Amino acid sequence: MADVIEVNCTTNEVTIRPQTDEEIAAAEAAAAQAAADKAAADAAEKAKADAKAAAIAKLTALGLTADEVAALTA
Amino acid sequence: MATSTYNLIASQTVGSGGASSVDFSSIPQTYTDLKLVMSVRCNNAAFYSKSEISFNGSTSNQTFRDLAGDGSSPSSSTASNFQFIGVGNNNTANIFSNTELYIPNYTSSNYKCASLETNDENNSTAAGAAYIEMQALLWSSTAAINEITITGITGNFVQYSTFYLYGIKNS
Repeated sequence: MADVIEVNCTTNEVTIRPQTDEEIAAAEAAAAQAAADKAAADAAEKAKADAKAAAIAKLTALGLTADEVAALTA
Repeated sequence: MATSTYNLIASQTVGSGGASSVDFSSIPQTYTDLKLVMSVRCNNAAFYSKSEISFNGSTSNQTFRDLAGDGSSPSSSTASNFQFIGVGNNNTANIFSNTELYIPNYTSSNYKCASLETNDENNSTAAGAAYIEMQALLWSSTAAINEITITGITGNFVQYSTFYLYGIKNS
């Protein structure tokens, strides 16, 4: 467990103390939320890429050339 | 003699034991703006770390818009809680983030806007190892800012991470 560094900007006093249980819990909750947010963002990005790939496949199946598909999707 | 308008209020360099957070309290209310310059690296096993900023001991009433890129794909997002990307422990050795937080009118009784930019320059060509991020922050509070806390939420700040808090006057 790392310490908390507290700097009083008026007195320039620096206090180094252990994290409290409450601070540890708050940090763990924030980390879990950050991981969930990243997972959601990654999933959204993947869904977008998958949809684009599916659309390109359908356009190709309709007979569009690679250049024509590129012109539509660029 | 000209009046100094850009002053170092306080600074801190993390020691050998690391630190879970760095807190600047009792910030003088005599400046116009605040600027916090950070160079951070956390000990989590990833290219990146994530850290959180709170004002006056609270992460409530925070929203931000984010524009970011890791060298392969840009992204944008809107979220609560002021969080920024720093360097993680799987990145190039001895590399730290370049991060700046600017808070204009921090003593205002209106809501406070701020900007944050971070650039994780890393001297590496590894995919996904580089990162740049710009954020527009809004703290929906009428309280003057008298405390800023930076907390590593994916890991602890490692030794030689630095934090410099400057006060800026408009005259």
